[in-house]
Amino acid sequence: MDDFLAARAQMAISLGFHIIFACVGMVMPFLMAFAHWKYLKTNNEIYKGLTKAWSKGVAILFATGAVSGTMLSFELGLLWPQFMKHAGPIFGMPFSLEGTAFFIEAIAIGFFLYGWEKFNKWFHWFCGFLVGLSGLASGILVVAANAWMNSPAGFDYIDGKYLNIDPIKAMFNEAWLPQALHMTIAAFCATGFAVAGVHAYLIMKKKNVEFHTKAFRIAAGFALIGAFGAPLSGDIAAKSVAERQPIKLAAMEAHFKTEKGAAFVIGGIPDEEKGEIKYAVKIPKVLSFLVSNDFNSEVKGLNDFPKDEWPPVAVVHYAFQIMIFFGVIMISIGAVYLYALFFRKEWLKRKWLLKTFLIATPFGYIALEAGWTVTEVGRQPWIIYGIMRTIDAVTPMPGIQYSFYFFTAIFVSLSLIIIFLLRRQIQMVPKLYDPTDIQFNDKNKKS
Amino acid sequence: MIYVVIAFLWLSICLYIILGGADFGAGIVELFTNKKSRHKTEEIMYESIAPVWEANHMWLIIAIVILFVGFPEIYTTMSTYLHIPLVLMLLGIIARGTAFTFRHYDAVKDNWQVVYTQVFYYSSLLTPFFLGLIAASTVSKSINPDATGFLNLYIFSWLNWFGAAVGLFTVSLCAYLASIFSLRETRGSTDLSLMIRKSKQAMIFVVLTGALVFLTAYLSDIPLLMWIFSKPLGIAAIILATLALVAIFYCMRKRKLSPVRVLAGFQIIMILVAATYQHYPDIILLGNGQHLSLLEHIAAPKTISALGWALILGSLFILPFLFYLMASFSKQRK
Repeated sequence: MDDFLAARAQMAISLGFHIIFACVGMVMPFLMAFAHWKYLKTNNEIYKGLTKAWSKGVAILFATGAVSGTMLSFELGLLWPQFMKHAGPIFGMPFSLEGTAFFIEAIAIGFFLYGWEKFNKWFHWFCGFLVGLSGLASGILVVAANAWMNSPAGFDYIDGKYLNIDPIKAMFNEAWLPQALHMTIAAFCATGFAVAGVHAYLIMKKKNVEFHTKAFRIAAGFALIGAFGAPLSGDIAAKSVAERQPIKLAAMEAHFKTEKGAAFVIGGIPDEEKGEIKYAVKIPKVLSFLVSNDFNSEVKGLNDFPKDEWPPVAVVHYAFQIMIFFGVIMISIGAVYLYALFFRKEWLKRKWLLKTFLIATPFGYIALEAGWTVTEVGRQPWIIYGIMRTIDAVTPMPGIQYSFYFFTAIFVSLSLIIIFLLRRQIQMVPKLYDPTDIQFNDKNKKS
Repeated sequence: MIYVVIAFLWLSICLYIILGGADFGAGIVELFTNKKSRHKTEEIMYESIAPVWEANHMWLIIAIVILFVGFPEIYTTMSTYLHIPLVLMLLGIIARGTAFTFRHYDAVKDNWQVVYTQVFYYSSLLTPFFLGLIAASTVSKSINPDATGFLNLYIFSWLNWFGAAVGLFTVSLCAYLASIFSLRETRGSTDLSLMIRKSKQAMIFVVLTGALVFLTAYLSDIPLLMWIFSKPLGIAAIILATLALVAIFYCMRKRKLSPVRVLAGFQIIMILVAATYQHYPDIILLGNGQHLSLLEHIAAPKTISALGWALILGSLFILPFLFYLMASFSKQRK
């Protein structure tokens, strides 16, 4: 395997896994804090058990997110030293702030996990909430750094030198807000659906039904907010991409010829050689409208750009289609659930509804990964858009393929262990977490 | 402002070695404990590190971030030529962190515990070894960007006897810190005697591996003795570290345990001062005769000042909260 390809593959694998750990670690604390708040308000012991059960999930995923994040902070330098040498001082600001946020998160999680019945109950609750809040801040800051790669700002690039560096301007680059907004909402959507799906399955299995129903309701509520928020924030993100990176937008839509009143392309097989797309459904003028709120505006096509600046069109296009597809399904599920919640309460207990949520368990994460593929692959061949090519940033060290195999093995085994551990947590619900179950035993003080 | 940034870099490395090192040490001490008292040791160790273990490892991330934002050339030189030991250290960090969490959060306690425990032990050993080895490579002039060939560029940049000796020395230091830190967590005099015995054993290893470091430095023509003893501050640091050792022995004998943690931490700081002060501000001595300096190879001024402010404001948030965490948990144990 080519070293450059291996380095890219390793980065893709690392980010792909880290995004999942980080998003769950970011959103789960809010689910946990919500259940905890319910407990403090209602004094219902089931909510307390639920809070504890979810807090174990948070602890496991926080630890994994923390180590995979540590890995990434090293990998940036191990794989892309030329990039870090120049970019580090410019886009490093969010990372140094993230250090603080992450630290607070780690401290708050210490207070929360070991603080039951030891502190004022609202201080304890606040610590749990703070875990979520600082996790969210970390996520937003890291996205700000990524946004800078898409929309470089805060320096002047003159004769191959990076001059007049201003890290604050770099942090608040143009892509920052739209990307952070879309990412955060997508994280809520994905985690909401994933957690709701798991609890839906357990309700169907008729295990600790009341416990899991309460869990399901909370998670589905988060999923609902995410599912409706994602397209709105996605629209803002797409408009921003059209303005800053027209070539990425063109690749997302496999839009080859510049035209007025451009059609929105659904599906299809792009042919990069011939510059056309086959078997696609085209909705006339909609792309122009989405990009600029004007049905007749001009949208630049790929053919207007030099071919050596094209991202891999097919990958970006398919990834974008996958994201849209799952997004639409999740909105539909959200709509049905909302309708049931207000008008057809009896549906909530029906098997088909639970089954739908069960099937939708991975949908949010599939959409999330697809969305990241669009952002990252769509930026290629640049590592800093328009400034530095990815191939110029890679480490001179040969044999990166072994590093790639090694890291892949680490991430795969980490994920397997996490799934294994979470399964075991779920199996122990009757004994450890559900106070209404006859097997429940509160002796387990250590937990 | 650059001095603020350097101070934070130094502080975070110190804290990582002391607090994170004690965590690694916990695994090492358990590993070298015989089966009979292992369970007891595990309990004592867990008591002392559990609530803060996550926080301890944040210091490394802070140090890395300071390096790549403020000193990009130093960061990239290390990550290019020390790629392999960094990956190995990383493996240790990951394996230790996750195995520790899993050991305590797996809802079912069965044979998997053995697996987590083994992983925890060996990764606790691996990480500080490579940490020491990497630190040694920065001063042993083994990194040479002008070298040719894969072996010279990427392998012999870190693989040498001096590095291995410093690695072992770091491992012993961690074990020493962990056993000293655990003294105050013990209940009852049998436990205490057990841990005091361990502290003494660890101390012997520190001295032995320390001697090994000097020996290998001498054999590899690294003027370590001269660096440490040529300037008054180096000599003072070594004397203070030795005095702290005497004080720790006295406290252990009298069973007065409140000052031992501070003394051990102080000792490590003195060792670090002695090891780093002499070639400050140069942080990496390269094989081609050039030096990478903390005062010269730095980012743009605006970046340094932004970084400095971020660190100052960040620590205003973090430190009170962190102390409150540590204080409230050590109070509860009493």
